Amino acid sequence: MPNQMTSRARVEAGLSRRKRKEKIFRASGLLATAIGILFLGIFFSTLVAKGASAFVQTYLLLDVELTAETIAPGGELDLEYADFDGLVRTALRNNFPELSGRNDRRELNRLLSVGAGFQVRDLVVANPDLIGTTQEIWVPAASNVDMLMKGNIDATVDESLRNLSDRQIRWIDTLDQAGRVDLRLNKALFTNGDSREPELAGIRGAMMGSFFMLVVTIALAFPVGVAAAIYLEEFAPKNRWSDLVEVNINNLAAVPSIVFGLLGLAVFINWMGLPRSAPLVGGLVLALLTLPVIIIASRAAIKAVPPSIREAALGLGASKMQVVFHHVMPLAMPGMLTGAIIGMSRALGESAPLLMIGMIAFIVDVPGGFTDPATALPVQIYLWADSPERAFAERTSAAIIVLLAFLLLMNLAAVILRRRMERRW
Amino acid sequence: MVVASRKAAYHHKDGEMTETLVKKNMSASRTSAVPNYRGQQVELGRETVGNVRCANPFMVAENVNVFYGDNHAIKDVTLEIGKKEVIALIGPSGCGKSTFLRCLNRMNDSIESARVTGNISLDGGDIYDKTLDPVVLRARVGMVFQKPNPFPKSIYDNVAYGPRIHGLAGDRAELDDIVHRSLERAGLLKEVKDRLDDPGTSLSGGQQQRLCIARTIAVNPEVILMDEPCSALDPIATARIEDLMDELCEDYAIVIVTHSMQQAARVSRRVAYFHLGYLVEVDDTDKVFTNPHHKLTEDYITGRIG
Repeated sequence: MPNQMTSRARVEAGLSRRKRKEKIFRASGLLATAIGILFLGIFFSTLVAKGASAFVQTYLLLDVELTAETIAPGGELDLEYADFDGLVRTALRNNFPELSGRNDRRELNRLLSVGAGFQVRDLVVANPDLIGTTQEIWVPAASNVDMLMKGNIDATVDESLRNLSDRQIRWIDTLDQAGRVDLRLNKALFTNGDSREPELAGIRGAMMGSFFMLVVTIALAFPVGVAAAIYLEEFAPKNRWSDLVEVNINNLAAVPSIVFGLLGLAVFINWMGLPRSAPLVGGLVLALLTLPVIIIASRAAIKAVPPSIREAALGLGASKMQVVFHHVMPLAMPGMLTGAIIGMSRALGESAPLLMIGMIAFIVDVPGGFTDPATALPVQIYLWADSPERAFAERTSAAIIVLLAFLLLMNLAAVILRRRMERRW
Repeated sequence: MVVASRKAAYHHKDGEMTETLVKKNMSASRTSAVPNYRGQQVELGRETVGNVRCANPFMVAENVNVFYGDNHAIKDVTLEIGKKEVIALIGPSGCGKSTFLRCLNRMNDSIESARVTGNISLDGGDIYDKTLDPVVLRARVGMVFQKPNPFPKSIYDNVAYGPRIHGLAGDRAELDDIVHRSLERAGLLKEVKDRLDDPGTSLSGGQQQRLCIARTIAVNPEVILMDEPCSALDPIATARIEDLMDELCEDYAIVIVTHSMQQAARVSRRVAYFHLGYLVEVDDTDKVFTNPHHKLTEDYITGRIG
């Protein structure tokens, strides 16, 4: 008995130490999680704080006289002749009858976006009945006006230190008091391609570029990756060669992405002669990039299929291929898809390899196909972040929010797919 | 001497171990003593004691050796399995009875390091013949595993899987018929006939194992191999499976590996006792259990039961 007592006493003596250790471990774990959440919180809150304002844009309400002699001299709409800019400028000037000088006018005109005329034109083209009438139209203001309205230009500093003159600020105040200035939903952000004018710049082109690229990537990387994983896991003999292949695939997953860009430049563009800046080439490069990720994830998913299922099928006389396609594949599919979607998320967020294949060009047109010049969302973010105009700063954040939203959607899809397809055994 | 033969194998690690060397090892080790379950040295004897032959042989294994890499798992086993007979393979863990069982439908093929020498024939045809597809063999020699392993599909699809891949059913009605008959034979139909679309994994352990048996007999094999089919089941489920085996042996030869000597005594007509890869004794069940001839068999049986 004494022996038993001492061991019990020892256990009890050590108990407080054990409990303390456990407490410290739990506390440090909690701390680590809290730090992670804190940083994430800072990241998201600054992003939203900076980017949210880009989703609205300052518009000016103008009474535009769509005089027939200016835009439709022959009784019909003449787009080559029509001076829509002039109409808009006149409409703005009508609010300030006291102005007459050339310099005054020029200064006043700078309050308008160069897109204002285009907006009126689109309106008239869509509805020619408007010719000859006077319409109240919300036209985009210049980005400096926008910045002033959003509080990004400080009206109290010396005139020489800001982009708007004292007179311009007074005019804007006058218009604002007349209820002719308003922040409205920034549709241009989602419908336009890139532009030098921040108020006209949109992410549509980059979104379409990313979309076409991802289509190429998934169409190529998923079947190839899954097939390679199945071969390596189920059919390949386990020897020095398969070990070598495995090591190389794992290494490939860790290769810096810019290297893939160089490869794409050398092989797809220089050697194969594919077009520069094309989503097709971007997709090919990103497919190479995500291939190892998909192979590794798919192999893990295949490995996780219990061997008892394989044995059961083999024992019934299923051939190796039937075992794979009837049992292993369906059970591994959720894991494979998760891997594929995570690979796609990585591809969507990748910018370095795209720089190498010319997808960093300034492209205004929204791409309509796989070989049209295009850029991608992360590259667009980089381009905007690099632009000097004040208004591009908030648009950069807005584009990041959109990119993150897409990533979130894709990861959500991965979770839902896994939940729905997962089977218990 | 087991140690000695291991050493010999070790020295030839680089090259393929030749069959002559294997034979030499065999004859050398067979004459020496091996430890019984208590560690006492017991003479093995030159030959398997009892009667490895049977009246109506259907599956015949001659001088079978199995290697897992350098590990010599089955040593020169010769055994005949009769038509429509239940033969139980017993022995301590790691004695090679499961390995031997898996040789009978070439399940060891999927283990890369496994190598089988010797001869195994089914109804006169060599099952290790190069031209024979294991798919055909496994349709003739079915297998039930230790842990119930239904596919994560419906009960119906579990049973229908074998007939489907082998193209045994011409149309849906015929397939339905096969599924129903197989479930009936496995004694499961009453319990599941209203929920054939439920997943097979929703059944209890004993029902799952009977589902696996139904799945196996749906292919209409000639031999059924059972690898400790009841070790994961409670006594009631075990009793049901044993009753089932009694019925099934009217049509099939059954080879069962079991750790339960009572079970071997209850279900089998013959018993084969394995020890460290050697087949020590084979005889009619009542003879082995009432009057074992070999010291090792006696030790095992009395040690376990007594």
